Amino acid sequence: MNAPLRRVGVVVIVLFGLLFANLNWIQAYKADEYRTSDYNGRVQVAKYDRKRGNIEAGGTALAVSKETDGELKYLRTYPGGAKYAHVLGYEPVNGAATGLERAENDFLAGTSDQLIVNRLRDMVTGDTTAGGNVLLTLSKRAQDTAYDELRGNNVGATKGAAIALDPATGAVQALVSIPSFDPNPLASHDTDEATAAYNRLEQEAGRPLRNRALGEVLPPGSTFKIVVAAAALENGITKETNIPAGSSYTPPTSGEPIRNAAPSICPESQVTLMNAVTESCNTGFAKLGVQLGPDVLKEKARQFGFEQEDLTVGRLGEGGLSVAASRTGSMENPDGGPDPAALAQSSIGQRDVRMTPLQGAMIAAAVANGGSQMRPYLVRQLLAPDRTTVYDTANPRELRRPVSNQVAADLRDMMVSAVENGTGRNARINGYTVGGKTGTAQSAPDRPDHGWFIGFALDSEGKPVSAVCVVLEEAGSGGSAEAARIAGQIMRAAIAEPGGR
Amino acid sequence: MTAAATPASSPATAGERPGVRMARSRRNAELSLLLLAMALVAAYGAMVEANVLDTVTPGFWVPAATLTAVFLGMHLVIRFLAPFADPALLPAVALLNGLGVGFLRRLDLANAAPEERADLAIFAGTGGRQLAWTLISVVLAGGLLALMRDHRSISRYAYTLGLAGIVLVMLPAVLPASISEINGAKLWVRIGSFSIQPGEFAKLALLVFFAYYLVRKREVLSLASHRFLGIDFPRGRDLGPVLVVWVISLLVLVFEKDLGTSLLYFGMFVATVYIATERVSWLLIGLVLFFGGAYLAYVLGEAVGGPFANFYLRAQIWLDPFAQPYDDGYQLVQGLLALGSGGLFGAGPGGGQPLMLPEVQNDFIFAGIGEEIGLFGLSALLVIYLLIVERGLRAALAVRDSFGKLLAGGLAFTLALQVFVIVGGISKLIPLTGQTTPFLSAGGSSLMANWLLIAVLLRVSDAGRRPVDGAGGKVTRPSGPPEQLHGAPTEVIKP
Repeated sequence: MNAPLRRVGVVVIVLFGLLFANLNWIQAYKADEYRTSDYNGRVQVAKYDRKRGNIEAGGTALAVSKETDGELKYLRTYPGGAKYAHVLGYEPVNGAATGLERAENDFLAGTSDQLIVNRLRDMVTGDTTAGGNVLLTLSKRAQDTAYDELRGNNVGATKGAAIALDPATGAVQALVSIPSFDPNPLASHDTDEATAAYNRLEQEAGRPLRNRALGEVLPPGSTFKIVVAAAALENGITKETNIPAGSSYTPPTSGEPIRNAAPSICPESQVTLMNAVTESCNTGFAKLGVQLGPDVLKEKARQFGFEQEDLTVGRLGEGGLSVAASRTGSMENPDGGPDPAALAQSSIGQRDVRMTPLQGAMIAAAVANGGSQMRPYLVRQLLAPDRTTVYDTANPRELRRPVSNQVAADLRDMMVSAVENGTGRNARINGYTVGGKTGTAQSAPDRPDHGWFIGFALDSEGKPVSAVCVVLEEAGSGGSAEAARIAGQIMRAAIAEPGGR
Repeated sequence: MTAAATPASSPATAGERPGVRMARSRRNAELSLLLLAMALVAAYGAMVEANVLDTVTPGFWVPAATLTAVFLGMHLVIRFLAPFADPALLPAVALLNGLGVGFLRRLDLANAAPEERADLAIFAGTGGRQLAWTLISVVLAGGLLALMRDHRSISRYAYTLGLAGIVLVMLPAVLPASISEINGAKLWVRIGSFSIQPGEFAKLALLVFFAYYLVRKREVLSLASHRFLGIDFPRGRDLGPVLVVWVISLLVLVFEKDLGTSLLYFGMFVATVYIATERVSWLLIGLVLFFGGAYLAYVLGEAVGGPFANFYLRAQIWLDPFAQPYDDGYQLVQGLLALGSGGLFGAGPGGGQPLMLPEVQNDFIFAGIGEEIGLFGLSALLVIYLLIVERGLRAALAVRDSFGKLLAGGLAFTLALQVFVIVGGISKLIPLTGQTTPFLSAGGSSLMANWLLIAVLLRVSDAGRRPVDGAGGKVTRPSGPPEQLHGAPTEVIKP
């Protein structure tokens, strides 16, 4: 019986060998995958062992971790509440973080490669230092103004967004989306409470969790005329050139006539480009668009930033909040030739043209900045846990150059005229030169129109100080004028307190 | 009896039996190994407190010292009643048992409110209960050693034990689910707050019966009538008992909803038949029957559901636990995540998050421990199990009688198979089934049954290593079939 006993011994060794090999597979090969798995609650507990760094703007802490008595040692709180919710996002106990909490997670949590020296020091001293701090470019005053004014708009719009940039650097001065939400319950350690809060927000009709400033694409209406005007200026038309206009224009292939917002606007057969922008002459721009053709229009829009799918706003060049792509849509017939009806409607920012509020602000910023469009960013500086060492200071850089200095100057003159003499009067600021363009965009056949304003402010020396885009969704009549007023208020606040660069 | 401790004057017959060659009792080696094991248990307790409480309480050594006292008692019993028993068995088992108690106490600490942790009573909670169960189990094991001076004496009760075994196996299946079902497996008999797993004891009783039956029938079963592919297959009518056990094990699978127990009984039986007959054909038949049956149950579970649905579900979870990570696959997923989080070195005793694991004090204790001691620690635990099993097999090799060989070999293999089933289950090597992890899991039934198993192995190893003609020593004469038949195949009748 000894021979089979020995063989049984071999079988046992084989069985244990299988166990051993399998444990190696799980604990060595798959260990990292399991350790960081979404289903692994240990990730959350470990995450709360170290104090997460602050997110601050202008010396005010907007996201701070407070010590608790519970198993999770720190509670993430957002003193700014709903005001900064779409910039900061939130860091839930279970589930995925959003906003800059997600984008800058490594640095905030202290696990970033940049903080390796700190971690090594901790290993020696046995301390657990906090995560790093993230300083934002936001102007607290501009952000407050944008949030309060949007919420208190006098046309009763419940949805909308505002974004303000420093045209010279691309630093975001304000970024607001309404309706907003209070991120504090979402970061609660009581995960049932957090889940309930999330589900409530998720089901709200206004979709408050959505960042409209970066993620919502809407027909831009007349604000798109700046792009068309830029294309015209590069194709032999000057701001004083007379272009065909009229009270009504029916493109060759379509029975739908294009009319102006009011009969008083450019009823004459010819207006200068300057006046067409100032008055927001629909027929003039529709004809201009048909004359320029789809390729020229689309190319110009692309040069301003349309169609870009991978833009992010956060740390310069290091990810951040993703931005939806703005689109020009199709302006061609099925056979590939230009479709005059589509062209005409697209030229006044309708049809399939879609734009994010950020894209609108970037157009205004490029015009204000002599044709140079700076890459937008939110993170000004990364500060070590000890608050003395600076790890990463934003170094503003040009994203693209959509128009030449000369074309930019002409566009600037026309937009200034639109604010001083035309549709954007509400945006005027004493002592500053303000330029801009309103837009009223049809949303759906039976819904009120969206009100847009894109614009900029120049100081007395002609240097750009702020570029802004405000949109009030389904604001109805007076929406664009109210948007212009809000834009003026935001720029005024940004001038008073420029925020960090 | 004490005279047997005297070294044998002349090395007996030949070197073919390792026990005979070195007729030293090695009790002092056992004692030092035991103390080393207990030092490890004490160190483990201190590390747990350092990690969980941030301080080591003055009383950290009390559980380890209590265990040491209990195991020293067992050591003395062995010294006097089984002086030639294998010296590695007790320390190895004591280490596992001690670490189990330590880990359960670690769970108690985690379960307690932070402010109550520092002065948590040593004998409270799961850990304290396990300590008490250890005492009872060791007393039982010592008692068995005292009552059973010769392992062959239990063969007298073989039929009684066999009947008792079958009753114990079937009991939970027959009883209503309210009494016998816990977590989907009908393995229990619950009376009030007290519950036992009769299956744990059944495997011991059945194995005694198998060993006795097979020793008597091995000639018949060894008869081969068909030769196919170079393998001798038994005659059809000799398949009877195997088929009966196969059917019983499948019934267990279906009605107790437990693949592990089924695999355990069947594997146990096939292994003992193979050891008894030396016929590979029995292994093949066994494997084909078991896997065929399991596959059939899987197919039926998919097509018909009913009693087979549970097995089908378990197989589905095994194939892809992450498909339903929060309901059906939750246990297995959490087990894998715990093991993965432990990685190579583990989070350190007391440094993990074992409470995230469901059933961490029972089925998933190996994963819970694995998170804290890592791959290296778990490998060491596997080696300790392997050591116990190999020592059991060695006792089987050394003992002279067939009944002892079958008994020790079968028990050792059963222990190995149980470790394989549960550790393989929680690590997704095989479908997960509810088995206890020997000596680690919380619970009296498992601990008692496994300590009784160890007592039998100690007894058999004592018989095997005892010098044949020691001065005054009792000369053990083999009682089974004549010696010369052991190595040689029995007469083969070919048609």
